[in-house]
Amino acid sequence: MNFFLLSLIKAAVVAFVLLTTLAYLQWVERKVIAHIQVRMGPSRVGPHGLMQPLADVIKLITKEDLIPPYVNKFLYLAAPFLAITMALLSISVIPFGGGFSVFGDPTWMQLTDLNIGVLFVLAVSSVGVYGIALAGWASNNKYSLLGGLRSSAQMISYELPLSLAIAAPLLLANSLRLRHIVQQQDHFYLGFIPRWNIFQGPMPQIFSFIIFLIAAFAETNRIPFDLPEAENELVAGYHTEYSSMKFAAFFMAEYANMVTVCSMTTTLFLGGWLPLWPESLGSNYLPSLVFAGAGAVALYHGLNPVRPRDRLTLPVVAAVFFLLALIFLIPAGHAVLAPLFWFAAKTGTLLFVFIWVRGTLPRFRYDQLMGFAWKFLFPVAVVNLLVTGIMVAVFS
Amino acid sequence: MDVLLFLIFASIAVVCGVNVVVQSHPISSAVSLIGVMGSLAVLYLLLGAEFIAAAQVIVYAGAIMVLFIFVIMLLNAGGETRRGRSFLAQLLGVPLLIAFLGLMAYFVQQLFPGSPVVHFGAFQGGTAQAVGRALFTQFLLPFEVVSVLILIAILGAVVLAQKEMD
Repeated sequence: MNFFLLSLIKAAVVAFVLLTTLAYLQWVERKVIAHIQVRMGPSRVGPHGLMQPLADVIKLITKEDLIPPYVNKFLYLAAPFLAITMALLSISVIPFGGGFSVFGDPTWMQLTDLNIGVLFVLAVSSVGVYGIALAGWASNNKYSLLGGLRSSAQMISYELPLSLAIAAPLLLANSLRLRHIVQQQDHFYLGFIPRWNIFQGPMPQIFSFIIFLIAAFAETNRIPFDLPEAENELVAGYHTEYSSMKFAAFFMAEYANMVTVCSMTTTLFLGGWLPLWPESLGSNYLPSLVFAGAGAVALYHGLNPVRPRDRLTLPVVAAVFFLLALIFLIPAGHAVLAPLFWFAAKTGTLLFVFIWVRGTLPRFRYDQLMGFAWKFLFPVAVVNLLVTGIMVAVFS
Repeated sequence: MDVLLFLIFASIAVVCGVNVVVQSHPISSAVSLIGVMGSLAVLYLLLGAEFIAAAQVIVYAGAIMVLFIFVIMLLNAGGETRRGRSFLAQLLGVPLLIAFLGLMAYFVQQLFPGSPVVHFGAFQGGTAQAVGRALFTQFLLPFEVVSVLILIAILGAVVLAQKEMD
């Protein structure tokens, strides 16, 4: 199979999985927030509200697409397009897993391996600011303008600690290629401590991991740093004047940025697709165990049904889980799917942290937000980078 | 392929550059300038200088132009009004422009006669490693002088901002 066709298929698969993830991430967020606030969350459309994303998409497509008068039409239309394009673009350099072969053709679970991969992600995310800033200005609305202003100031400020936090693990990795960065985190200290960048000597990157995560909250405009869309001051911030699919584009861009940032954190600090403990201690049985456990729970509830229809549906769900557990036990299936499992597990945990923080923390005041970035986060990131540089120079 | 991509992005750069001057609203000019920066980055990429291309997007398109747009939005600058051009400008503008472009073309021809065509991938010195090595060996003194210059600019900005506050 030639390179072009293979890349096309990989791009299609990644795009499909990413867009489905974005739709269901929103469902997960609503469910988790609901349970944090002791509510049920979406529960009407499909079992446990599982069809809710589909219903939302239909609702957004069929809504009236309103263009207010007195907007700058070109920039007003270009802004959501820019935001969603830049948000979806950076997933193309993220490595999801190791190598595998399709009909004898070796390939990687990654769309493209740029030798400036890290810089590419930074560049794309820095251009993504324009989507929000221009949307705020072109809407010709004071709340939108304030949202756009806040967002551009906040994103420039937090890009500095973010970049400095990325630079420190790069000193350990000695490469800008994301696949190299994951590969050099392979192997274990003392046979069981993973050599991920947050544990790796000579300078464990635990501080830059925390700085990166905090800056990532600001870069993605998430609570507690969601000042650009603070609804009690700015209606809805930069997307106040947008409706229908143009609103959906901003909405999706926010979630796509979350996925990108979490994948980058996994790749840079948490060892990408590598397992948490070595295979000699049985890490390759974990996926099967997780799926078998989920299947057992579903089967138990199927045998002791709360509602009559559970007697039929839950055993089917259980069978699917058991099948997945079996696939992970087959060596060929395991070799391809286990890296994906670990990558998804780490990224998913980080995404859960994002949602968890939203359910827990209140919003910052704007001057606190800026003061925190410049007076605390930036100096700490510089010191961390300096110490890492000295340690790397002395010990290697 | 190289020539085609070069022509496409070079013409985008030129059109955007002309647009910066022609547009009457500051935001439109700034957006055109971002277009210039972006197409310049693609031209660097075509030359095989991927690190410079990424730095171009991150620093110019991603940071400096965001600040420009931020300031324009903050001041809420409106579109400028066109006044009639002076008689002299109307008379001499186009001939002078043509003369200037001709002079430029002549000097380029004289300074770089028959320089070889650059092909994508032919130049190997554009990786992050190569740029870093060049900066810290061959160009160490200019690099340090520039960083001192930037430090002076930062100090100047702090002093000016403090004067404003007092």
